[in-house]
Amino acid sequence: MREKLEQILVKALDEISAADTKDSLEAARVKYLGKKGELTAILRGMGQLSAEERPIIGQAANEVRAKIEEAIEKAAGRAEAHELEHKLKKETIDVTLPGKKIVFGKKHPLTTVLDEVTDIFTGMGYSVAEGPEVELVHYNFDMLNAPKTHPSREPSDTFYIDNDIVLRTQTSPMQARIMEKTQPPIRIIAPGRVFRNDEVDATHSPMFHQIEGLVIDKGITMGDLKGTLEVFAKTLYGEETKVRFRPSYFPFTEPSAEMDISCFKCNGKGCPMCKYEGYIEILGCGMVHPNVLRNCGIDPEIYSGFAFGVGLERITLFRYKIDDMRLLFENDVRFLSQF
Amino acid sequence: MKLPYSWLKDFTDVGIHNVPAKQYAADMTMAGTMVGSWECPADEICNVVVGRILSMERHPNSDHMWVCQMDVGGAEPVQIVTGAWNIHVGDLVPAALHKSTLPGGVKIEKGKLRGVPSNGMLCSLKELGLEERDFPYAAITAAALLNDYKPLDPDKPSIPADIQPGHKIFGPVVAGKVLECAVQPDDSFHTCLDINGATVCPDTACRNLHEGDMVAYNTKTDTICTLADLHAQQAEFPHCINDGIFILQEDCKPGDDIAHVLSLDEITFDFDILHNRPDCLSIIGLARESAATFDKPFSVPKPQVKNTVGDISEHLSVEIRDADLCPRYCAAMAQNIQIKPSPRWMRDRLRAAGIRPINNIVDITNYVMLEYGQPMHAFDYRCLKDGKIIVRRCTADEECTTLDGQTRKLWENTLVIADAEKAVAVAGVMGGENSEITDQTQMIVFESAMFDSVSIRTTSRRLGMRTEASGRFERGVNCEGCMTALERACQLVEELGAGEIIGGCIDAYPAPKPVRTLKLEPERISSFIGAEISREFMVKTLEKLAFTVDGDTVTVPSWRDDMEGMADIAEEVARFFGYDNIPTTLLRGQTTKGGLTARQAFNRRVNDACNAAGYDEAQTLSFLSPKAFDRICMAEDDVRRQAVVITNPLGEDQSLLRTTALPAMLEAAARNYNYRAPSIHLFEQSKIYLPELDAEGKADPHRLPTEKSVLVMATYGDDFFHLKGCIEGVLSKLSVPGCLFTPCDSNPSYHPGRCAAIKNGDRLMGYAGQIHPTVLKNYGIGTDLYMAELDLEALFSFVERERYYQPIPKYPASTRDLAVLCDENIYVLQLESCIRKAAKKSLEKLELFDVYRGAQVAEGKKSVAFSLTLRSADHTLTDKEADEIIQNVLAALEAELGAVLRA
Repeated sequence: MREKLEQILVKALDEISAADTKDSLEAARVKYLGKKGELTAILRGMGQLSAEERPIIGQAANEVRAKIEEAIEKAAGRAEAHELEHKLKKETIDVTLPGKKIVFGKKHPLTTVLDEVTDIFTGMGYSVAEGPEVELVHYNFDMLNAPKTHPSREPSDTFYIDNDIVLRTQTSPMQARIMEKTQPPIRIIAPGRVFRNDEVDATHSPMFHQIEGLVIDKGITMGDLKGTLEVFAKTLYGEETKVRFRPSYFPFTEPSAEMDISCFKCNGKGCPMCKYEGYIEILGCGMVHPNVLRNCGIDPEIYSGFAFGVGLERITLFRYKIDDMRLLFENDVRFLSQF
Repeated sequence: MKLPYSWLKDFTDVGIHNVPAKQYAADMTMAGTMVGSWECPADEICNVVVGRILSMERHPNSDHMWVCQMDVGGAEPVQIVTGAWNIHVGDLVPAALHKSTLPGGVKIEKGKLRGVPSNGMLCSLKELGLEERDFPYAAITAAALLNDYKPLDPDKPSIPADIQPGHKIFGPVVAGKVLECAVQPDDSFHTCLDINGATVCPDTACRNLHEGDMVAYNTKTDTICTLADLHAQQAEFPHCINDGIFILQEDCKPGDDIAHVLSLDEITFDFDILHNRPDCLSIIGLARESAATFDKPFSVPKPQVKNTVGDISEHLSVEIRDADLCPRYCAAMAQNIQIKPSPRWMRDRLRAAGIRPINNIVDITNYVMLEYGQPMHAFDYRCLKDGKIIVRRCTADEECTTLDGQTRKLWENTLVIADAEKAVAVAGVMGGENSEITDQTQMIVFESAMFDSVSIRTTSRRLGMRTEASGRFERGVNCEGCMTALERACQLVEELGAGEIIGGCIDAYPAPKPVRTLKLEPERISSFIGAEISREFMVKTLEKLAFTVDGDTVTVPSWRDDMEGMADIAEEVARFFGYDNIPTTLLRGQTTKGGLTARQAFNRRVNDACNAAGYDEAQTLSFLSPKAFDRICMAEDDVRRQAVVITNPLGEDQSLLRTTALPAMLEAAARNYNYRAPSIHLFEQSKIYLPELDAEGKADPHRLPTEKSVLVMATYGDDFFHLKGCIEGVLSKLSVPGCLFTPCDSNPSYHPGRCAAIKNGDRLMGYAGQIHPTVLKNYGIGTDLYMAELDLEALFSFVERERYYQPIPKYPASTRDLAVLCDENIYVLQLESCIRKAAKKSLEKLELFDVYRGAQVAEGKKSVAFSLTLRSADHTLTDKEADEIIQNVLAALEAELGAVLRA
C-alpha cells in the first residue's frame, strides 16, 4: 500500500512538472485527486485495512495528497505565467504605426513672443495697459513732445481719419494716457497694433505691433533703464546675450537710446544677419522727456522715468528666423502649423 | 548726409592718418552721430593704372579697332586692343590690366580680340564709375569719319563708298583725307587734309582723327564736320560717338594707381542724422562732433574777401514782406563773372558728397551748403527787374518755371523770392529758370536766408519737390549762420577767380534771435543718469560742443535749438561719458503688484481653449475694403456699413477700418483654399472699430470709434457640428455656461438653414453657421466653409466667476431611453427644453443619441431618441418615481410639441 502511494506520488509529480498549461494540470489533478482519481481510489480502499495500519496509511496518503496539491499549485502559477507570456506575444503590435491624431491648434508666433515678453515684465511687477488704436493726434503726437514739423506727422507716414484723429503710429500715446490718470509709481507695458503708411514688403507692413514700456517713480535713472532692458534681452534671447546702448533721438525721451543686442546668429562675430556689425537693433528707449511728464501733470522736478518701445514683429522674426514679414499676416496654415 | 573723410582736415585733425574708417564709424555712432555706411569708390577698382600710348596700329581684322603698345610703368610695353577712336600716340589713359576689376564688379582679363592678343582694356569715364561733369575736360567731340559711313538705305547712300579726296559732298563741303593730326598745347588738334590737289590745315576739337581717315571738310569755314554739321544720324556713323577713352590731363605718370590719380580713394561716410540735430547736416557740424568724439582741437577759419569793388547798395535792395516766413535774408553780389568748371578739388568733394558738379558758381553755392549747412542760391542779376528782391507770399494764379524746366502752379501764400514784377524762385525749394545762372551770366546775387520750416515743408510737399535745400530748411537752419555762409561764398568766388566781389552785404534781419541760456545742475544730472560724473567733465564736454559755461549758466550755441533743459544737457554729457559706461541697476523703490487683469487673462484663456479645440491662431490686418460689405452680402441698411474712413489709405481696398471680422477671415480661408490646403481651422481675436454716428446716421470722423474684440473662427473640411462642438468645448473651458444655439435664418452672410444665433438668455453672443454660397462665390472658395463670430465682451460678462464643489452622488442613477415621434420642423432644442422643464431637478443628464427618418416613420415626421439620466441627491430613485418622471415628460412633450412616444 505504502509502495503504491510512493509510486503514485512519483508518477503524479512527474506528470505535474511536465504539464505546462492550465488544462493539462487540471487533467493531472482529476487523474490523481479527482473523484475517480488514483489517490482517491486508495483512500477508498482504506476500509479494508487493519485498525493499526489505517491511521499510518491514512497519514501517508494525506501527505501524498498534500504534496501533489502543492505541486499542482506551484505548477499552476508557472503555467499561468507561461500562458500570459504566450498571450502577450500574440498581442504584439507594430508600435511604429502612426498614433491616432489629436490636433491641437497653434498659437500665432506673434502671440507666443508677446506672451513671453508680457510674462517677463509682469514678473517684474508691471501691469498691462491697453488703449485705442484709433487715437487723437493730441496723444499720438502733441502730448509726446513731437514737433509740429516732425516728419512722422506727414500723411506719407501716418494714416489720418481727420485732422485730429489718426491710426496710432506707435504705442507711445499710452504713456500719456496712463500718466494722465495714474499717479506714480507707474510700471506698465502697453502692447498693441500700430499703423504706418507703408506698402507691404518683406520688412514693412501698414499694420504691426509694438510693446511700449513705461516706468515713473522718484529717482529712476538711466542705469535703471539699462538694467531693466538687459534683463529683458537676456530672458528673451539667452543669458549670453550682450546689449549695447547707442545715443538716438525720440521726441518723447531725453536722453534717448537704441538698444542693440549681440547677434544671436554669430554671437557678435559678424554675419549677414547683423550686416557684419555683430549687433542687431532691437528697441528704442530713453528717459521720459520732462515736457511729456509736465504735459501729463507729473512734476519732473520730483519724478523721473524711462520708456521703451519694442517692435513685436522684429523680435518675432528674429526669434524664428522668418525672413519675410508678410508670412505673419497671410495666415497660410502651412506656416501657422509650424509653431 | 555724406562726409568725404578728408574734408574734416579743414577743421580738425581727424582723418584716415589717425583714425581708421571702421573705428571712426563705430566711435561716432556710439557718441550719437550714427554712421549708416561708408564706402570708398577705389575699393571697387583694382589693378587699373595710368598708361601712355607708345604706338597705335589699325587692327588687321577690323575697320575701327586699334592695337596699342602701352607703357604702363613696367619694363616692357603691354599690348592692348581698343575700339575707341579718340586716342593718339602720347596720350595718358586709364589702363585696366590683366586681372583687374572695375566698378560694378566688372573683371578684366587678357584675351584675344578678333585674333589679336589684348592684355587689358583702356577705360572710359563711365567704366570708372564717373561722368563727364566730374571731369569736364574729358568731353569728346567726334568728327564724322567718311570711312565709318553706313548708309541707312544700302541702295541709296548719301555718300558714295568710293568717295575720293576733293569730291563734293554738298555745298562747300568736300571730302578730305587726313595726312597728319597732331595735338596742340590747348588740347585741340592741328590737321593737314588732302582735298585733291590742295592741302588744308584746319584746327579742330575733334578727337577721333587719325592719318588715313576720310573726313568732310567745309571749305567755307575751314572746319572739319561733325555729325551735326552734316545733319547726319548716329546710325550712319556708328563709331563716331561722343564717348571714348578718358584722356587724362592729370599730373601723373605711367604705372600710377588710377584711383589715387582721380581721387577715387576718398572714403565717404553716410550719416543718419537724427531729427533734432540739423546742425549735423553740414561738414562743420560733423567736424565739431568728430573733434569732440576724438578729443581733437576744432576751429573754423573765418572767411575773408581781399578785394571788393563798389557797393551792393548801388545795385540791389531787399525787402522782406512776410517776416513770419522769412526771419532773415542776406545777399551779396559779384560781377565780371566767368562761368567755367570749378577746380578739381571742389568737384572731387562735391562728387564724393553726392552732388553733381555743374559750374563754378553753382558749385560754390552747393559747396557752402555742404560745408555750413546753409542752403544758398545764386541769381543772375540781369534777370532781377529793377534790382529788387522781394520776399513775399505769392498771389493766386502765380506760376514759376523752376530750374528743372517745369512750370509750376503755385498755391496761394507760397513764399517766393520775387523781383519788382515776378517770382524768380520758390523760396527755399528751387530757383526759377528765369534767373538761372548761364554761361552768359556776368553779375550774380548770392542769397543766404532763413525760411520758416513749416512753410517750406508744405510747399515742397505740394510741389512734390524735395531738394537738398528744402530738406535743410525743413529741419531748421541756423539763423545766425547766414552771413558767415555768404562771406564764405564770396571768398570762394575770389579764390576760384570766378568774378569780382561787390563791396558790402545786405542783411535783412528784423528780429534777431535771442541767445538761450540754461542752468547747469551737475548733481541732478549725475543722479538722473545714474553715474558719478564730475562737473569738470560736464563743462569740458559742453565746451567741446561750443557751449559756454559761466558759473551755473550754460549758453547754448545758436544752432542747438534742441537744447531746452536739464535732460538735454544730461544727454550731451551721457553720450560723451559713454552710454555703455553707465552702471546698470535694477529698479528700487516702492514695489508694484503688476500682472494681468481678469480680462487680459481671459483673452489668453480664449487662445488656449481655441488651440485645444484644434484651431490655429491667425492674425489679420484691421483694414477693410468698401467692397467687402457687398461681398459678405451685408444688408444695405446694416449699421456696420458705417465704418471709420482713412483719408489717406494705401489703396481703396484698405481704406476702411473693419466693422466686421468676417471679410479678413474669409480672405485667409480663400488664400488657404487656393493653396490647396485640405482643411483649415483658424481663429482670431479680432479688433473691430465701430464709429460713433452723426445725426444722419453716418460715421462721424471727428470722434473716436468704439473698439471691440470678437472671436472669429473658420473651418472647412469638417461640418457644422464639428464647429459647434468646438465652440461648446471652448465655452465650457472658459466657464461660460448657458449659451444656446438657436436657429437663425436672417443673417445674410450665412446659409439660412444652417446658421445659429448663439444666445445667453436674451443676450446675443454671436453667430455660427455655414457661409452662404453667394459669399463663398464672392471669395472664390469652392468648398463648404463654416464660421463663427462671438462677442468677447459678452462672453467675458458671462464667465462663471466662482465655482464650488458639487458632492459626488451617493445614490445610483436610473437611465431611461426615450424615442419620440414629432414633426420635422420641431427643433431638438425645443424637445430638450421641454424635457428639462418637465423632468425638473431629477434630470441629471440629457443626451440625444439618434435622429431617424425613413421606414416606419411617416413622411414629415422624425424620430428623436434621448437618453435620460435621473438621480436624486438624497435617496435611490425607485422605478416608480422614475416612471412617473418619464410620464410627466411624455405628457409635456405631447401637450407642447405634439411629440409622442414612438411605438
